[in-house]
Amino acid sequence: MILPALPILLPLFTIILLLAVFRRRALQPWIGFASSTFQLILSLWLAVLVKKEGILVLHTGNWLAPFGITLVIDSFSSFMLVLSGIISFSIGIYSIPAIDKQRQSFFFYPMMHALLMGVNGAFVTGDVFNMYVWFEVMLMSSFVLISLGGEKKQLNGAVKYVTLNLVSSMFFLAGIGLLYGKTGTLNMADLAVKLADGGNSILINTSAVLLFVAFSIKAAVFPFFFWLPASYHTPPITITALFAGLLTKVGVYAMIRFYTLFFVQDQLFWHPLFLWIGGFTMVVGVLTAASQFDIRRILSFHIISQIGYMIMGLGIFTVAGIAGAIFYMAHNIIAKTNTFLVAGLINRVTGSYDLKSIGGLYKNYPFLAVLFIIPAFGLAGIPPLSGFFGKLILISAGFEAGKYFISFVALGVGLFTLFSMVKIWNEAFWKESPAIADNQPHHKNKMPLGMVIPVVFLGLITLFMGFAVKPILDFAMSASAQLLNPTEYINAVLSKRIP
Amino acid sequence: METLLAFVIGLLYSVGVYLILRRSIVKLILGIIALGHATNLLLFVAGGLIKGKPQFADLPEHTVLQNATDPLPQALILTAIVIGFGITAFFLVLMYRFFKITGTEDLDELKEGTSS
Repeated sequence: MILPALPILLPLFTIILLLAVFRRRALQPWIGFASSTFQLILSLWLAVLVKKEGILVLHTGNWLAPFGITLVIDSFSSFMLVLSGIISFSIGIYSIPAIDKQRQSFFFYPMMHALLMGVNGAFVTGDVFNMYVWFEVMLMSSFVLISLGGEKKQLNGAVKYVTLNLVSSMFFLAGIGLLYGKTGTLNMADLAVKLADGGNSILINTSAVLLFVAFSIKAAVFPFFFWLPASYHTPPITITALFAGLLTKVGVYAMIRFYTLFFVQDQLFWHPLFLWIGGFTMVVGVLTAASQFDIRRILSFHIISQIGYMIMGLGIFTVAGIAGAIFYMAHNIIAKTNTFLVAGLINRVTGSYDLKSIGGLYKNYPFLAVLFIIPAFGLAGIPPLSGFFGKLILISAGFEAGKYFISFVALGVGLFTLFSMVKIWNEAFWKESPAIADNQPHHKNKMPLGMVIPVVFLGLITLFMGFAVKPILDFAMSASAQLLNPTEYINAVLSKRIP
Repeated sequence: METLLAFVIGLLYSVGVYLILRRSIVKLILGIIALGHATNLLLFVAGGLIKGKPQFADLPEHTVLQNATDPLPQALILTAIVIGFGITAFFLVLMYRFFKITGTEDLDELKEGTSS
């Protein structure tokens, strides 16, 4: 069955096509847009298929597991693929007016789809080393995207971004090498089998720690997050939005996958550690955000803060806790990308990201205010938007599991998130515009339709996730149950094993 | 052999870390390269070193190769080397652009706000 390879093959063919016609700039956005739309449809179809028929497995080149590279789509993967499809679709539309002609003709679209290929690859792979390769595909294209255009500020951010991500790749690779040395396998399902019955779990601790550090750097978790706010505000906002939605979450995805499937021996050590790190990530992210005045920087620090909630869900380690983490991830990918896209709209109409130099947007652009308030209050957790339910599920799971301290921390952090969002709201929307105070003539800039549509689309999803919590939560619950009871996954991958 | 290589790997890691912490972007790149090589060697040693037993041999059928070297870590290293090569190439170009635009290779001179 070739189905699990499609989320990788589709962007690959798109890249080839885009490179073949790269001299015709006018065509590039439309090919990119068509491919993004296909990707969204494909991912939805795959999700329905996984729901109906169970886990999809592809043994590439007909090399059966554990020898060949296996591609696996279970509920969690399919859920993440849908999110990646949604982001791809929105960025596909948004980039048409938002990315300048220069960047469009210099490989923005091929690189965007290369990034999506890496992200999708990391979601579907069932092989540890293969995941490293997909991480590299994703990183390589993100390096190009972050430095594309070569402005001074961008290069400055790019150097930090590239260096720290490369260091994390080294950790990842070293962890894989030691893991292979001790177990003799790289297939995730096979690793789960081998590590479950082995009494020598102490031997894999080095790998577990190295991989944890690697994913922590990628996911921008508490002591390793410094590259993110140093680099995310430098590229054009479309690229930042794409990164903010997907890149860190791939790190979280890998962490959830590894620490539910095969690094499950030393739970007494890992789960309290996850809770502590999750707590610190939330608090540090949200407090540093409160002191910023650049919209993009506030939002970047919020990414960090919200990663903390997902790590907390992993640390609770009950079906409800991990389901909460998955639901929260979905909410966060959509709302976070959306707030960045709205920040792009704000920049389009005012020409600035600095809260001190803009204002009066509510009076002049009431529609923009509505567009902002949906994702922003969604992030802050105001009912009935998606963030409220994400936090509710996580915190109630925390109380059920008896993790009171972290649950109270999560509640408090929600309040501070609200503070930051209200700060943007006050400064950008309610305050008198400084330009008016200086008696400068105000000229109304138009918001391009192509930039408004994806914002509306993502806003509607945030609303939908708030009003239709039940079906999405049910899906997250089933994905979480599948993660915590990996027998189904293992059997699906290893059923055709040679005796 | 393992002991010797363990020291080499340790040395390469420390060289890499030292170089990354320098301010010059050229040394930063050299540090990344050293770290990459250290990791590749680590993979090589972790896969197990067996002397004089090639992993592919012209054997009669139905005999099993005993105690041969595992070829997979070497395949992994090959992949990692190729990826590392691509990344180094990219980083060198980035350095070149960086130098052309900013006129410096000292990372500390580029703090935000101080640069024009």
